[in-house]
Amino acid sequence: MSNETSVLYEAPGPRAKARDKIFTVVFTLFFVGLLAWAGYTAYKNGIFDDRWAVLWDPPRGQSVDDVWITSILMSGIWGTLKPVLIAIPIALLLALVLTILRQSPFAVARIPARVVTEVFRGIPVLLIMYFGVIGLNIDPLWAVVLGLVVYNMAVVAEILRAGIAALPSGQKEAGLSIGLSPLQTLLRIQLPQAVRIMLPALISQIVVLLKDSSLGFIIGYSELLKSAKDNYNFFGESTKVVFITVVAVLYILINMSVSRLATYIEGRMRTKSKTVAGLHVEGKADGPPGGVTAAGIGANTRTGDSAF
Amino acid sequence: MGALIDNADVVWTAFKMTLWLSVSAGVLSFIWGVMLAAFRVSPIGPLRTFGTVYVNIFRNSPLTLIFLVMLNLAVPVLGLHVGLGVPMAIISLTLYTSTFVCEVVRSGINSVGVGQAEAARSIGLTFFQTLSQIVLPQAFRSVIPPLINVYIAHVKNTSVAAGFAVFELTASAQRLANGNPADVVGVFAGIGLCYLVITLPMGIASQRIERKVAIAR
Repeated sequence: MSNETSVLYEAPGPRAKARDKIFTVVFTLFFVGLLAWAGYTAYKNGIFDDRWAVLWDPPRGQSVDDVWITSILMSGIWGTLKPVLIAIPIALLLALVLTILRQSPFAVARIPARVVTEVFRGIPVLLIMYFGVIGLNIDPLWAVVLGLVVYNMAVVAEILRAGIAALPSGQKEAGLSIGLSPLQTLLRIQLPQAVRIMLPALISQIVVLLKDSSLGFIIGYSELLKSAKDNYNFFGESTKVVFITVVAVLYILINMSVSRLATYIEGRMRTKSKTVAGLHVEGKADGPPGGVTAAGIGANTRTGDSAF
Repeated sequence: MGALIDNADVVWTAFKMTLWLSVSAGVLSFIWGVMLAAFRVSPIGPLRTFGTVYVNIFRNSPLTLIFLVMLNLAVPVLGLHVGLGVPMAIISLTLYTSTFVCEVVRSGINSVGVGQAEAARSIGLTFFQTLSQIVLPQAFRSVIPPLINVYIAHVKNTSVAAGFAVFELTASAQRLANGNPADVVGVFAGIGLCYLVITLPMGIASQRIERKVAIAR
């Protein structure tokens, strides 16, 4: 990271180095002081007493398995994952339909698809979930799924559209010129490449789904936050800090690993795309040879277009 | 829709609350977000570490969790008495949205040509002068469309406050729908429309500006 940004300031000389050292010390002291203050206040409020024992030696006739396996894992984490796992395939399928409609040559198909995408991108997920519970009278689980599906089909459709738009126009032209129908061209030539380009964005969207499933807490669906609430209601007010901390750590760990995955794939693709960009068609070493050639031709056609 | 028209005053109050949350938390997250971005590119190690850790934690927490932490942990752990309801909502939204502002601004800073910063340095500007006079004004140009998208999400996120004792649009939809069971679809459609009144123009503006910036480059 420092490589990207070091251009903002001169390679430090002796005076700047000394000054930076002073600043480093000052800010380190400041942040350590802040942490120490937070820790001390928490200590004074009795946060570090025996209340944490509830995690390994729970009172009131409960076992460690009851807290961790039955409540936090089975009811909590599974409750958070379940609507996400149900929503992903449905949202992908509907997004695919929307994408096909939006690429259609007929305005009758294109315009409604555009309207659906724009409307559901602009409405809060929580409002849709409330509509599921109050308006459709469905189970909170399905209300959460409804909210996730409706929003994410619109977002994924938009991601795929951007991916298709980013492809060189030669891809579509080549598809059509070898006799594929527009739909075949879309499904077999454009979409697979669009998905590949947009993979990091699609994976990042999983983090959004995981985070949005926590809105289920507000409409009364039983997920990770609810499992924390159930636990501190059962074990008493003093364990609030314990259980909220536990689910916070769990959430951050899960989401960070998914975000990392997205960054990793992005990084891997960036190194590959140096050849895929078609500027060095001979650099076939990594990446499927077919993809390299196709992209190479696409890039050539594009340069040809701009020359006309 | 009839129920909404009969309760126009309630909806208007709720609409103003959604606007107030969006604007106040929006301005605060802009200020805090730009500061975080400056931290993350600064030459001072502890500031960079703080910015990175802060952004990674808050960006990966669901907003509902941040509200819950504010509600239950701020007082017992830190002794901070945050006013329930609106002040708590504004703080939670700010802590959350600022991380997205930070990331957008930071990628904007990285998109400004290396030569710009080099030129600024070579005429003797300091780090802060380089950042504030040369790099940030150019960064904001390419940053405006993604920034608008962050703020569209932010406007929608204010709905989470409905679950924490704030009477804004989503809470009003819930109350009016429960009070008018015959007109539930109308109520939700109408409230959805209220959100679209705010978010659709932002989306259109974002697309327009994106096109404009793309041509000018």
